[in-house]
Amino acid sequence: MNYTFNWSVLWTGESGRWLLLGLITTLELSALAWLLAVALGIVSGALRTVKFRPLRILATFYVEFFRNVPLLVWMFFWYFGAPPFLPEVIREWMFGHGLEFWAGVLALGVYSGARFSEVLRSGIQSIPKTQMEAAVASGLTTFQAYRYVILPVALRLIIPPGTNESLNLLKNSSVALTISVAELTFQTRQIETYTAKAIEALTAGTLIYLVLCVGLASIMSWVERRTAIPGLITSGGRRR
Amino acid sequence: MISGLDVIWRNLPFLMIQGFLGFGKFVGGTVRLAIPAIILGFLLGVFIGLGRLAPQRWIRIPATLYVEFFRGVPLVMVIFWMWFVVPIVLRRSIPEFWVALTAFVVFEAAYLGEIVRAGVQSVARGQVEAATAVGLTSTQTMRHVVLPQALKNMIPSLVTQFIVLFKDTSLASIIGFMDLTKAAQVVNNREVRPFALYLFIAVVYWVCTYSMSRYARHVEQRLSPA
Repeated sequence: MNYTFNWSVLWTGESGRWLLLGLITTLELSALAWLLAVALGIVSGALRTVKFRPLRILATFYVEFFRNVPLLVWMFFWYFGAPPFLPEVIREWMFGHGLEFWAGVLALGVYSGARFSEVLRSGIQSIPKTQMEAAVASGLTTFQAYRYVILPVALRLIIPPGTNESLNLLKNSSVALTISVAELTFQTRQIETYTAKAIEALTAGTLIYLVLCVGLASIMSWVERRTAIPGLITSGGRRR
Repeated sequence: MISGLDVIWRNLPFLMIQGFLGFGKFVGGTVRLAIPAIILGFLLGVFIGLGRLAPQRWIRIPATLYVEFFRGVPLVMVIFWMWFVVPIVLRRSIPEFWVALTAFVVFEAAYLGEIVRAGVQSVARGQVEAATAVGLTSTQTMRHVVLPQALKNMIPSLVTQFIVLFKDTSLASIIGFMDLTKAAQVVNNREVRPFALYLFIAVVYWVCTYSMSRYARHVEQRLSPA
């Protein structure tokens, strides 16, 4: 190995600012995509349980098609393929407000929404039917049964897999570099290009991701322990 | 839409034989990368998973750190590490295929290791005690009693992870490996038909991953005791 380390490239010149900008873009991209994914997950999860068959098929199609195709393909699709077919207003707006960023939000959000939908569905299905029957039998309306019996349990059951999927979303945001969104991985590569110091640049990027992921995971495992239902959730803070 | 079909029809051999299967004048192939990555990733995953359960701390702690590290880092980052850093260490350039294969094996082994660990832990303790009581050594117990049962419990999660890996191989196109995604990009650069081309490869990926997930569900139902 014939390589001279020069860690100062990380804080001299533009590098520090690039890393910070990259981190901010990664967080913005992930946050917006997360909101979209949760909304799509809830809507499609709910539609999969309705009686009207066409809606159920539509929701199932969405979940099965979008989560089984690589995110990279969705990035290219939403960035290159979809804009000509979008309504004029949306297209104009996207071109005016950074097309690659919003295509990245759409790709990541729609892809992750299909995965969130599965998490929600298995969370709700894991609650025994008898809970609902007991709630109704004791005189609660359907709404009250959901509000006071089903949801408080389901939401807590969803925390571990939901955290896991959210961390996947954060890590997957790095794929947006392929459509030149200037997020953290993109900026890491930019530092490597300008300074020719690959190890230093990649170390910086990797450490930031590690801190983000391990930090979020430990916060969520604390939340999970705080909200655990005694005797029901026994896994107690294990990340998976 | 009709012209879209036309562009796919004309480039079908390139997309499928070069891009998907990996035969042609470029080094590439989604299948050609995915199959060795799945096999080698699983083998490394078995070692990592068993390492996480080892009674010796000097094995258990590095295995745990390995899993926690790779699960906290994006795959794209790992690919770049291999792409930029391995040539520095070995002082010669490495072909894209080996860069991508190494990155996938090392990265997925962390996830597969967790599946192996959960599988081994799912085997009832009484089984180990019974095996020890009949006089098997701990290696024999693992080899003949625990692992065969654990493997059965692991199959659904393993297939799910293989699907993830199969989808992840598209990221090898970032470093220029001519897989299905890269092949579509190449055709698109020439013909500028992004909607049709990317939708087509989405369907190809979907057919593969969806049939794998159907198979996983089938196995799961057949193996479940109820």
